[in-house]
Amino acid sequence: MTRRHTASELSYRLVVGFLATVAIMILVGPILVVLITSFTTAPSLKFPPPGFSFKWYEALFDPVRSRHIHVAASNTLAVGIGATIAVTVLGVAAAAGLAGKRGRWARALENGFLGPLILPTLAYGFAALMFFSLLGFRTSLPLLVIGHAVVIAPFVFRTTLASLGQLDPALLESSASLGVGRFTTFRRVTLPLIAPGIAAGAFLSFIASIDNVPVSLFLSNARTDMLPIRMWGMMESTLDVRVAAASGVLISCVVVLMVAMERLVGLSKRI
Amino acid sequence: MASVAATVAPLSRARRDGVEWRLASPLALVYAAFFAAPLLLLLAISFFDDTDLTRVGGSQWIKFFTDPFYLSVIGHTLKLGAVTVLATSVLSFPLALVFCASRTGVQRLLLLIIIMPLLTSVVVRTFAWIVILAREGVINQTLLALGLSATPLPLLQTEFGLVLALTQIEMPLMLLPLITVMRTIDPNVLDASRALGASRWRTFFQVILPLSLPGWVAGSTLVFASSVTAFISQTVIGGGRLVFLPSVIWQQSMVVYNWPFAAVAAVTLLVTVLFGIGLLGALGAHFARR
Repeated sequence: MTRRHTASELSYRLVVGFLATVAIMILVGPILVVLITSFTTAPSLKFPPPGFSFKWYEALFDPVRSRHIHVAASNTLAVGIGATIAVTVLGVAAAAGLAGKRGRWARALENGFLGPLILPTLAYGFAALMFFSLLGFRTSLPLLVIGHAVVIAPFVFRTTLASLGQLDPALLESSASLGVGRFTTFRRVTLPLIAPGIAAGAFLSFIASIDNVPVSLFLSNARTDMLPIRMWGMMESTLDVRVAAASGVLISCVVVLMVAMERLVGLSKRI
Repeated sequence: MASVAATVAPLSRARRDGVEWRLASPLALVYAAFFAAPLLLLLAISFFDDTDLTRVGGSQWIKFFTDPFYLSVIGHTLKLGAVTVLATSVLSFPLALVFCASRTGVQRLLLLIIIMPLLTSVVVRTFAWIVILAREGVINQTLLALGLSATPLPLLQTEFGLVLALTQIEMPLMLLPLITVMRTIDPNVLDASRALGASRWRTFFQVILPLSLPGWVAGSTLVFASSVTAFISQTVIGGGRLVFLPSVIWQQSMVVYNWPFAAVAAVTLLVTVLFGIGLLGALGAHFARR
């Protein structure tokens, strides 16, 4: 009996340990591979790289040769910042209007606001293209801000709603019983308590906008090029090693921002 | 304090049902105008017979659903989602188990390892898999160096390569809900199962697995919806040989400029995702009852 038990214990530990190791390797490996490849000397994606150099980073930051990439990057940043500010204001207000409500309308609205998380945003991107062009709009950065706002709003809405759900109602009630107005209570009591949730959500929304493909695919063009779309184009045509350098820059930014947000607002608890 | 609660309670109960429209309506209006309206327009446009949008009719739907090629595209798309859910599940359960058994410090590190890919651009992660799967890539170089293969294996433009890449890209979406639910399982329940003589395997399949199903359903929903619509990964790693619904939408709308037909494909993609999600939910409910 005991021997059978130890054998099964051993096989369980081996299988779980092996699969968990594979999972971690699959999660981290590709990112390390890209980082290593970005320092290659070769004009191809040969792995391991034959030598170490910064030449692809130099090519990436060259203002003449990589002008199109720089335009795409600044468009992406502008749309990301604009859309994030818009959805943070709208999303926090909507979460405050729905927090703790159980009515039919409240549930319908909550599901609607979270819809873009599971509905295929590629279908939405195409729908938005037809919608705007039938209304007579030409593709522009403001249209991209609107399109991005729709698909990134769920992140800040969700984290804010979760933070509001954890608030102690007694705090708000005691503030009200002391004769403090509702707006002042929100500003002085509620807002400081839910600020970390809002910040984490705004960060996730911003990242979702920076990385967005399905909406930009349809709403951007040569004039309003976006970074992920340009990188996709560079991957499709000639395998340009500058994509590895651009990936290296993006990965470094994500790591720095992620660690900062983890320290400041406990990001991992709020996703 | 009790009197305060008594005076406040009826007020908050009255407020509980109603939405505070002054706060919620701005986002609701934005969604009505720029989310619901385009999707309704998408449905409407799928019922035009010609690309100039002059004649109304169902011919695009008939064309789509009588062509064996497009029917097989729907099948391939559903299968891709299902296989990705399966692959991410097989890897996520063990990692979630290890996570729950780890010390707090290790847990924090693991969480960052799980979240980092999620925050890294999908384009970057797809690019990474090109470097890994290419003829001169990591896997082929390793196989050649070890003498396991005489010639480089074609891994790009295969279903295997695509599923492998999507497994990495979607795994965090499975892991996060799974870990959230598994953490809430009372350790006493597991100790009881072990004390009653159940092996580790039996404890996993009969106690841990059923209790973590809500997390699995939430994770599977996200993984399925995301892998089925992962246009960049599908086109770059799957290549031209493997065709899924997103690339039909892209081809028909931006290359052929047949909007009504692209709209049929887009509505079909929407319905396919909702069908998959419904199926996963029903599966979860079925097992939860057992």
